[in-house]
Amino acid sequence: MKYVCLCYEEEKKLKAMPKSEWDDIVRETYAYNEELHKNGRLITSQALQPTENATTVRVRNGKVSTTDGPFAETKEQLGGFFLIEARDLNEAIQVASRLSGARLGCIEVRPTMELS
Amino acid sequence: MRYMLLIYFDEQDLSETERQECYVDSVQLARELNSSGRYLAANPLHPVSTATSVRVREGKRLVTDGPFAETREQLGGYFLIDAKDLDEAIGTAAKIPMVHKGTVEIRPVVEIPGLPTG
Amino acid sequence: MTENAAGRAREMVEATYRSESRRVLATLIRLLGDFDLAEDALHDAFAAALEKWPKDGVPVKPRAWLVSAGRFKAIDTLRRRARYDASLETLALQLEADSRYVEPRESEGVEDDRLRLIFTCCHPALPPEARVALTLREVCGLTTEEIARAFLTAPPTLAQRIVRAKAKIKEARIPYQVPSRADLPDRLETVLQVVYLVFNEGYSASSGATLTRADLSGEAIRLGRLLLELLPEPEVSGLLALMLLHESRRVARTSPSGELILLDDQDRTLWNRGQIEEGLALVERALSSRRFGPYTLQAAIAAEHAKAQNGAATDWARIVGLYDLLVQANPSPVVELNRAVAVAMRDGPSAGLVLIDAILTRGDLDAYHLAHSARADLCRRLGKTVEARVSYQRALDLTQQETERRFLERRLAELPD
Repeated sequence: MKYVCLCYEEEKKLKAMPKSEWDDIVRETYAYNEELHKNGRLITSQALQPTENATTVRVRNGKVSTTDGPFAETKEQLGGFFLIEARDLNEAIQVASRLSGARLGCIEVRPTMELS
Repeated sequence: MRYMLLIYFDEQDLSETERQECYVDSVQLARELNSSGRYLAANPLHPVSTATSVRVREGKRLVTDGPFAETREQLGGYFLIDAKDLDEAIGTAAKIPMVHKGTVEIRPVVEIPGLPTG
Repeated sequence: MTENAAGRAREMVEATYRSESRRVLATLIRLLGDFDLAEDALHDAFAAALEKWPKDGVPVKPRAWLVSAGRFKAIDTLRRRARYDASLETLALQLEADSRYVEPRESEGVEDDRLRLIFTCCHPALPPEARVALTLREVCGLTTEEIARAFLTAPPTLAQRIVRAKAKIKEARIPYQVPSRADLPDRLETVLQVVYLVFNEGYSASSGATLTRADLSGEAIRLGRLLLELLPEPEVSGLLALMLLHESRRVARTSPSGELILLDDQDRTLWNRGQIEEGLALVERALSSRRFGPYTLQAAIAAEHAKAQNGAATDWARIVGLYDLLVQANPSPVVELNRAVAVAMRDGPSAGLVLIDAILTRGDLDAYHLAHSARADLCRRLGKTVEARVSYQRALDLTQQETERRFLERRLAELPD
């Protein structure tokens, strides 16, 4: 079964972090990514640019409206995601709890449906 | 350049028929994107009632039921696409079925060379 | 070269800066794909001109010379930075090799660059206040300090806004291009909004740093002219006409002591005839296209006022008709309110009062001071002194503008007991 692990972290806090600490997190994430890839858990993972580079799109009555910024202002922001293959939710939670985002913020685990 | 298109809508405001139509149209869009080499991934998500939030604090794992935040509209799915620029990504976002009822947030992806993906 | 000729060459550099620097910048942004690099290159190119032109004479094609100098300076800059970041060397090589970087022809391509710049600065994915700041900075060439002063913002805040916007253009990859035909109406709307916002910022503020703010209206009109030259769409004509027709009344709308004077009480001999003539011609041009929108309709309404010898001679029936169209094109409670005032002029104050009360009952404009002052005015004309007093007072409580406050206080004082 496929799950997405959505990583929510406070952008402000990450930005204020000393570079060495940030570099450690990047290294850790690379290594864990590699590990998940090797044991066949990882389908894809992506890091997102900060929400200040987000653009929001709606279509109402056939008219496209584009606005600056994310869909909602929240204390923590979606910073990346891991699409993983797991036997069940327990296994997905295990994977999620080892992501650096679980320590820095919150990982939301959501089962996905297949587009076929 | 890769863009993540996050699809938010009010789960409560969607009938079963609408949901089915949305899937059919989304599959169509995914195929279109795929045929021009711009499709990377897409997934509808199960409703937020199936969400679980995981935090680790001082080495202790905290698992709670429900999404990370309660919002009026909820993340219901995503498209990960390749687009030449933001305008092309906006063009694709405007074709996602739920953009008429909900909201699509476009987030450029950080390009990390050498990161293994599946 | 004689001392005299050298002096003339220096003057030529300065004159070229005033007339061409925005064009050169627009082209450099396209060639270099980066706002900051292009700005540095522009600066370096003019510094080079200041050094070379007095010695070697003014080149035959100054603009092409500057673009070419700017490009080489940018390649140098990348080379220097490449010592610390190797990836930039590739970029520098690319810039050198890329066949697009041959001498730009003196053709419509260059004008396209200015349009590209406008559409990029006004992109809807940028925050509205950043669109305004970026347009004034990049398209009009105003300094950050000038923009900050005009918008009563702290310069660091404004600078930050511009830095953020440029970062988003780069990181989210907002393209440097004129939108396709299909996207043009929506995208043009955003551009016109920016221009009109700049104009209104300079026009509505009649107190405080008056001079700087009039400059802002002038800047908006210049932008309008540039846009019309590059993109002769009916709504661009309409907006330019609207701005000119409003601007024509600037002198007449405030007394020497800075008090606000209503349209009806203005000395119409003070209106700027030249701006009115130009505005009227542009309205005609837009209306005859039959593809006009809300800006043209508002301009057509302003044109009716401009044509009338005095308040009584105004064609109120035609103005109500134009408002009917405007309500359809751009439905909003404020437009309805203005229509109600026009109906009051055509059919008498009681007909207008019915409409205003209906709008206020809906609650849409309850916090809008002009709705209450319009209501007060109609009550006053109908001899409903008590109601007039209540509405003037409500308007007074809501207004933020000093001149408006003094105007309302005067009106209140003039009411019979």
